[in-house]
Amino acid sequence: MELVSNHLLTFILFSPVAAAVIIALLPRDQENLIRWTAFILSFIPLGFSIALWLGFSSATPGFQFQEQAVWYAPINSSYHVGVDGISLTMVLLTTLLTPLAILASFSITDRVKSYMALFFLLEMGLLGVFLTLDLLLFFVFWEFGLVPMYFLINQWGSEKGEREIWGGRKVSARAYASFKFMIYTMAGSLGLLLAIQMIGVVAGTFDLPQLYAAWPALDQPLFGMSISTVKSIAFWAFVIAFAIKVPVWPFHTWLPDAHTEAPTAGSMILAGVLLKLGAYGFLRLVLPLYPAESKAYAGALGLLAVLAIIFGALASYGQTDFKRLVAYSSVNHMGFVVLGIAAAAFAMGTENATIALNGAVLQMFNHGLSAAAMFFLVGVIYERTHTRNLNDYGGLFPLVPVYGGILIFTSMASLGLPGLNGFISEFLVVRGSWPILTVYTALAMIGLFLTGAYILKGIKMVLHGPLNEKWAGHISEISAREIVVIAPLMVLMLWIGVWPAWILNVINRAVEMLF
Amino acid sequence: MQFPILSVIVFTPIIAGILILLIPGERKTEIRVAALAAATFAMLLSVWAYFSYDVSAAGYQFVEKYAWLPQLGISYHVGIDGMSVPLVMLTGIVMFTGVLISWGIDDRPREFFAFLFILATGVFGVFVTLDLFMLFFFYEIAVFPMYLLISIWGWKETREYAAMKLTLYLFIGSMVALIGALAMYFVAGMNSFDMLELERAGFSAAFQKVAFPFVFFGFAVLGGIFPFHNWSPDGHVAAPTAVSMFHAGVLMKLGAFAALRVGIMLLPEGAKFHMPWIILLTLVNVVYGAFIASVQTDFKYVIGFSSVSHMGLVAMGFATLNHQGLLGAGVQMFSHGVMTALFFAVVGMVYDRAHTREIPRLGGFRKVMPLVALAFIVGGLVSMGMPGFSGFIAEFPIFMGVWGRQPWIAIVAAISIVITASYIIRIITKVFFSPMPEEFEGHVGDVTVLDKAALVLLSAILIVIGVYPSIMVPLVESGVNNILRLLGGA
Repeated sequence: MELVSNHLLTFILFSPVAAAVIIALLPRDQENLIRWTAFILSFIPLGFSIALWLGFSSATPGFQFQEQAVWYAPINSSYHVGVDGISLTMVLLTTLLTPLAILASFSITDRVKSYMALFFLLEMGLLGVFLTLDLLLFFVFWEFGLVPMYFLINQWGSEKGEREIWGGRKVSARAYASFKFMIYTMAGSLGLLLAIQMIGVVAGTFDLPQLYAAWPALDQPLFGMSISTVKSIAFWAFVIAFAIKVPVWPFHTWLPDAHTEAPTAGSMILAGVLLKLGAYGFLRLVLPLYPAESKAYAGALGLLAVLAIIFGALASYGQTDFKRLVAYSSVNHMGFVVLGIAAAAFAMGTENATIALNGAVLQMFNHGLSAAAMFFLVGVIYERTHTRNLNDYGGLFPLVPVYGGILIFTSMASLGLPGLNGFISEFLVVRGSWPILTVYTALAMIGLFLTGAYILKGIKMVLHGPLNEKWAGHISEISAREIVVIAPLMVLMLWIGVWPAWILNVINRAVEMLF
Repeated sequence: MQFPILSVIVFTPIIAGILILLIPGERKTEIRVAALAAATFAMLLSVWAYFSYDVSAAGYQFVEKYAWLPQLGISYHVGIDGMSVPLVMLTGIVMFTGVLISWGIDDRPREFFAFLFILATGVFGVFVTLDLFMLFFFYEIAVFPMYLLISIWGWKETREYAAMKLTLYLFIGSMVALIGALAMYFVAGMNSFDMLELERAGFSAAFQKVAFPFVFFGFAVLGGIFPFHNWSPDGHVAAPTAVSMFHAGVLMKLGAFAALRVGIMLLPEGAKFHMPWIILLTLVNVVYGAFIASVQTDFKYVIGFSSVSHMGLVAMGFATLNHQGLLGAGVQMFSHGVMTALFFAVVGMVYDRAHTREIPRLGGFRKVMPLVALAFIVGGLVSMGMPGFSGFIAEFPIFMGVWGRQPWIAIVAAISIVITASYIIRIITKVFFSPMPEEFEGHVGDVTVLDKAALVLLSAILIVIGVYPSIMVPLVESGVNNILRLLGGA
């Protein structure tokens, strides 16, 4: 036990790798054995992270459970991990969603073994980003997560659909989407990579706590340019990489394709956790490393956030594909996270900034819950109807009353109905941002109104209206396994909506420490 | 007396090659087993040398020195430092895996393995020798069998052309280098070819500036430096699989390594004077190589040009002449060697079964050879510099080194990462994952156990270094420190 409690983060980070290895050793044709083993093994990281949550002291400032070991000594990069309230929340979200996503993947029948092993590798990559306190390792995990995700979309994505590319050649939609996802993100990360190299050369270390002190204080000219120019360029290199991942308008175009073509569980993780990496990058790297630049460019960032909120909602409303509708809703919801971050950057240290940032982090967690749940529900209906076209549904409520109830509950959480989780976080963001970026916040409220419109449109076209006769007798109610997937998410949505203090206490302390 | 491990490593292949020639040609199984035994022995010794090298002591270790032709100051002087130890191990590994995947060669295997082993002796010799004359001696031994291996066992369409082109290019290169080396010998006036003594010769800056381009470019031709890279893709494509593995995996490092050891280490002032413009050539290597690779339709040409791009990074690391850049270049030589051996092995396996290398005509090989697909994916991720694999460990410090010299070059060179990613992903999806064309359906089988063993070994090395770089970088760093000492702490 001593070993585990001293290296808790290492165990959280690498238990998924161990799980992947175990899965890889199972016989290929025992599909049920593989599924159940994967499901059970996925509780190990969850168990560790619950232990982490319970052992975490929200009164203590700074990073806890730190560990440091030699990794790449000649360039001063080390295996340094630690958690604060922000990363703790994200770790909990990741380890919570993984078992649910694996349970949701029980309907996968093609190459189950590779699928499950890739899923665990993906979990490792995501956890690594949240846990590491070394800039180089941050990038290592940041990029590494792309690989399993690429193959999940490319190999297990939706089988229908074609896209025309240059020269009129046709490729399958999932190949197009996965390629776009990979290249878009890799190209976006180039600037980040170069900026990290530059920081490493100038500062001589990649250790984040040291960089927090050294990098913002740096004031001599570099490379024949003034330090403020260099820092501004590096700032934008960071911002673009993270903005693509969030995604902030206009860097969001990879998202609808990737989300739509990914398998259900892939979309759950993609929307639930992967998008948070971008926002987490803003919080962990951009704000502490570039306080002055963040303040200077906060207005521009806020504007992009508002555009993401409004355009995301409008685009979502315009969709006829149910999964695309949910995909665009992520652009809309993540816009609030960025708005909160922009407001906080503009007025660092004030009470309003703290409120906005609390809201932003909580919104990350909440969107993780509700987006994962929404994608799962889309997957449930798709498995029964084999269509995602909203016009093909209609009046399904009487056929699937339980499903209908769950869909409405989840949609309401996503819409921000008071009493459910989305309301708390969006209110906090708006409350905190209002005194700082008043006009933008007011415009964001229009987006909130449009959010209501597209969510109701989704509900209406699936559940209400005249029954599309072809489904009568051909569509089955949501199964017990599927209810087990969605139930924990619904419990958390309600719990945070009614009593958010348990999670906000943890977040708040970390947010105050950021400045 | 200490066990002469380096001499044993160097001469094991050539002795084994001669013994193999004594076996009657029709007893092919015995020939193969003998070849495998010799290769295993050489590899195990090279691994042993790697792990028993004392990093804290650094410097040249396992040194042996015997007078060879004392009147001319030539001695048989061998020893390895942090730069050459990984390369010796690399040669052992590529030799071993090359024999494994050449098991199926049916046309005169006796002569094939004999020539391959003579070549291996030359390569080992260049990496371990500390005598300038001996370096040329082994260098030519390494280049000459290549001509026969390509022109006899190569791809029928282009083998005569490619073998001729390659050999002429490399001979001209080594002649140019020899001019520089002889000049060094006479100017030093110490009647010694010993490189450790020439290091202390105190060449004047003016002489170094003149001599450096001869030596550096003479050897860098074999390292594939732009604009003298033209022989390399043709040579790679025409060569049989094991020879391509040797060629791209080890031989190109020979050029880079010799350019480092003779050019940079003996003529540091010349290096400092010329590197600022040579780094531009390496930038062309890196970016242009990646672009050309991305438009090829022949599977093997893609890999061939990707080698040009990746070897450009090695030369770029050298050109920075600073700690990070040289460190990265040292690791990149090893990483690229293993990666490209893996690549050519995979290409060979696909070609042996499909009898075509045209990417548009291939497809669906994942189903029949899943392990090969996995190995190619690992190699591909290394190639695109994906973190968690050895390519990232090597390329990251190279870029850091370039930041320390010319920031804009790092920014331009980074484009190659995305281009590489795009063509690697395209190949993975097309060759391994797209639907299989009907002509192959039912005619294509999985690879042999020996092939799988080779692929697993190569992939494992790439992953281990990527996950735990400390297994190699302190070693390379000790070699880099020695070079920096010669450069005057620059």
